[in-house]
Amino acid sequence: MRAISDFFISRWGPILTGLVVGILAPILVKFGNPGNMGICVACFNRDIAGALGLHRAATVQYIRPEIIGFVLGALLAALLFREFKPRGGSSPLIRFLLGMFAMIGALVFLGCPWRAYLRLAGGDWNAIAGIVGLFAGIGLGIVFLKRGFSLGRSRPASPVVGWVMPIFAVLLLALLVAAPLFGRDAEGKAIGPIFFSEKGPGSQHAPLLLSLGAGLVIGFLAQRSRFCTVGALRDVVLLRDSHLFNGVLALLVAAFLTNLALGQFKPGFEGQPVAHTDALWNFGGMVLAGLAFTLAGGCPGRQVFLSGEGDADAAIFVLGMIVGAGVAHTYSLASSPAGVGANGPAIVLIGLVILFIIGLTMREVRSA
Amino acid sequence: MTEPKNLDVRGLSCPEPAMLTREALLALGSGELIVLTDSFTSRTNIERTGKLTGWKAETIQEADGTYRITLTK
Repeated sequence: MRAISDFFISRWGPILTGLVVGILAPILVKFGNPGNMGICVACFNRDIAGALGLHRAATVQYIRPEIIGFVLGALLAALLFREFKPRGGSSPLIRFLLGMFAMIGALVFLGCPWRAYLRLAGGDWNAIAGIVGLFAGIGLGIVFLKRGFSLGRSRPASPVVGWVMPIFAVLLLALLVAAPLFGRDAEGKAIGPIFFSEKGPGSQHAPLLLSLGAGLVIGFLAQRSRFCTVGALRDVVLLRDSHLFNGVLALLVAAFLTNLALGQFKPGFEGQPVAHTDALWNFGGMVLAGLAFTLAGGCPGRQVFLSGEGDADAAIFVLGMIVGAGVAHTYSLASSPAGVGANGPAIVLIGLVILFIIGLTMREVRSA
Repeated sequence: MTEPKNLDVRGLSCPEPAMLTREALLALGSGELIVLTDSFTSRTNIERTGKLTGWKAETIQEADGTYRITLTK
C-alpha cells in the first residue's frame, strides 16, 4: 500500500493518470461518445442537468456514467488509502457562484479544460483560442492569489457531510438505469424527468458499463495523483513546479496518438464536432472559466474527485456547475455548433466583473 | 515585521498551503520553518515545494492528525 501511495505521489502519478485519460477518452468516442468528448466534465454535468430537467435543451440530456464513476472511483481510493475526510465551510456560497460561472464560461467555449486539451489532440484548432483563454484566466487567478485572495479555511465535518455526493452519485446511477417518469404533461401523459436526448450530443454515448468503468478507473487514479488540469499551469507559474503539468502533457500526447491510431485525428477549424469557430468567444469563455476554476482551487475534474473524498466545498462547486448549466441553456448563454449564444458575450463580461469583485475582496477572516 | 517561523495552513485549500510555504521560505532564505497542515495532499505539496527550493523536509504526524513539517536549510 505504502509503495503504491508513494508511486502516485511521485512525478509518475500525474503522468500515469494523464496517459490513462488520454487513451480512454478517444476510446469512449470510438464507442459512442460525441466527437472529441470522450471526457468533458463541464459538458457531462450539463448533460446530467438536462436529464434531471434543470434545462430543456433537448439535445444535451443524459446521465453521464463517467461522472458517477469519477465520484465513486475517488471515494474508493480515498477509503482504501484512509483519505476520506468529511470537511467543509470554506465560503460555500462563493464556491457555488464560481461553479456557476465556470460552467457558463465553459459552455461559451463548449468544453472544460479537459475537453479543450482533448479537442486539441483531435485536431480541432478552435481549441487553441480556448486554451490561450484558459491560460489567461489562470494567470488572472494567480494575480488575485498573490494579492491575498482566499476562500478561507474549511473545518472537519460529520461523516454524513462527506457521504452526500457519493450517495448522490449512486442515486444518479439508479435514475440512469431505471429512467423513471415522474412528471405528467397537460394531457396526463407521463413525461420526465428523467429526460434522455433522442438526437444531438446527448444521444451519443458509449455503453453504460464502459463509461462507468472508465470513470471509476480515472476517478481512482486522479484521487491518488491529485491530477488537475488547472493546477497544472498554475503550479508552474506560482510554484515553479511542473509536477501536475507533466500529467497534462501526457494526456495530450496519449490522446493525440490514440486519435491517430483510431482514425479520429481530423485537423482543421471548420466542421469540428460540438464546436464553433468564433475565436474571440472561445477565448473569452475560457478566460471566465479559467479564472473561476483557479479561484476555486482546481479544474472541474479535481472538484468532482474531491467531492468523492468528503470535500463538501468542492461538492458545492460541482452543484453550482450543474445549476449553472441549467441557467446557461435557459437564458441563451451557451454556444452551439451554429455559434455563440445570443447572450453569451454579455454573460462572459458580467461574469468577469463579478469574479473580479470576488477576487479583490475575498480574504481569510480570522475569528478573534 | 519579522517573518513567522511557524506557518499554520490547516483547512486552507490548494494552492494556498504550498504558495504560503514558498513565500515564507523565500522570505527566510535559510534557517527553519515549521508548517502545520491537516491534509495529506498539502503535506506532500509542501514537502515538494520545499525540496524544489533546496530545503530539507521532515514530517511527523501528531495525535490529532496534524502534520508538522519541519523545513530546514
